[in-house]
Amino acid sequence: MSEDVTGIVVPIHLDYTYTPGVAASRFLRHIAEGNYVGQRCPKCKKVYVPPRGSCPTCGVPTDEEVELKQTGTITAFCIVNIPFAGQAVECPYVSATIQLDGADIGFYHLIQEIPYDQIHIGMRVEAVWKPREEWGTTTESIAHFKPTDA
Amino acid sequence: MANPCAIIGIGQTKHDTKREDCSQIDLVREAAKRALEDAGLTWRDIDAVVIGKAPDTFEGVMMPELFLADALGAVGKPMLRVHTAGSVGGSTALVAASLIQAGVHDRVLTVAYEKQSESDAMWALAMKIPFSPPLVAGAGGYFAPHIRKYIAQSKAPDDIGIKVAVKDRLNGVKNPYAHLHLPNITYEEVRDSLMLWDPIRYLETCPSSDGACAMVLASESASNAPTRPAWVHGGAMRSEPTMFAGRDEVNPIAGQECARDVYKQAGISDPRKEFDAAEIYVPFSWFEAMWMENLHFAPIGDGWKMTDTGATAIDGDMPINPSGGVMCSNPIGASGMLRFAEAAMQVRGQAGEHQIDGARLALGHAYGGGSQYYAMWVVGSEKP
Repeated sequence: MSEDVTGIVVPIHLDYTYTPGVAASRFLRHIAEGNYVGQRCPKCKKVYVPPRGSCPTCGVPTDEEVELKQTGTITAFCIVNIPFAGQAVECPYVSATIQLDGADIGFYHLIQEIPYDQIHIGMRVEAVWKPREEWGTTTESIAHFKPTDA
Repeated sequence: MANPCAIIGIGQTKHDTKREDCSQIDLVREAAKRALEDAGLTWRDIDAVVIGKAPDTFEGVMMPELFLADALGAVGKPMLRVHTAGSVGGSTALVAASLIQAGVHDRVLTVAYEKQSESDAMWALAMKIPFSPPLVAGAGGYFAPHIRKYIAQSKAPDDIGIKVAVKDRLNGVKNPYAHLHLPNITYEEVRDSLMLWDPIRYLETCPSSDGACAMVLASESASNAPTRPAWVHGGAMRSEPTMFAGRDEVNPIAGQECARDVYKQAGISDPRKEFDAAEIYVPFSWFEAMWMENLHFAPIGDGWKMTDTGATAIDGDMPINPSGGVMCSNPIGASGMLRFAEAAMQVRGQAGEHQIDGARLALGHAYGGGSQYYAMWVVGSEKP
């Protein structure tokens, strides 16, 4: 007796060589030194961090570098409770968009050191860095963000 | 001035978690054959095929349109694939319509599908971005913060998402093709379901479906069909960058402008008053309230009131997703075309148990990516 074969599982594996580009490379080298450095648009004056090398609104290069404070505000967040294939952070975790003081756009990072039900939009947070020897050209050099008053 | 475009044939599959009874080929043919049958045509009558689906990682098959060309009768004919993420079903229909409106072809078959069970869309949408923490958790993880922002800004009661979820699931019971049939769903059941991406609960989330949708679009001279056609009164697409300083992710400019454009083409000044039905892309229930504002059905901050007062119910003054919508069936690549097709079914009087009596004008809407692609059409029972 044999069962009909209606499908087979074929795993796929992808290896990427990722080139971050000039602006992101500069940003990541600054991160490896413990600094958040964005870029300001010469036209609309908006500060992008991470910088993209050009302003998506004005379409002009953003050459001027701006060192930012490591404090900011939560602009939005969610609490992730769903496990999924390839997940690297243990559930539940809080994924938030954080806009650093002096920046005009937010980026995603983890919020910790506070009960999740006390987190709110508008909350003031600061970067918590990993031990110096773990810094590298990645925003994973920052372990997470925590409330400024915590 | 563009030539008139008629929708003369519509078909869809039974949507389900796993259509293990069929291959991708069978799936697209199931929808296409129903559309041809509805149009009273055969494969031979078709001039060109326009196909759409979401990212190839959703099935793990690169450029499936190549091996589907034969199955869709496209050998020796023009075939084109469209890709605009979740909005692709809508933009595929609009590309097909443009071939009619430009006078290039008389009968175009357009098809959109997804067979989500063949890969893992959650994995495909949660790949680690290099040099940053691995925080992205699928579409829900991306959209949940936007929903939280909407709730905070609009001061909506926190159960609007629950009410939409119940309404759409009860509508879906009236739709024989819907993936989810949950006739006994209750407010309490949705409220008590697992919080997946707080503030989004499990039952406030669309399912993961296998399914396809197809339509036959025709020029005026080719518009005779067994069932009276629907007519395209306007079609528009817009896009915007995923990230720019000052972007409003809750009420994106691209969506607002796409709606204004398509209403202008159709001569609509008050969408809530003039549309008899709308099928809009709501993958997480809160998006009904958000899109009511983005689509100018309600003033900013008031979209949730339409749900709360029952206006968006199937017997309300502005029925939204009488088919059950994406909340009941989400074969991603097909979901946008299903919205377009269900809008056309309404104005053709073909919607069966979920038919809005006497519907003459309807909106089909799709969005995709990080709320950065929009596709919409207005269809009517009369030739424009």
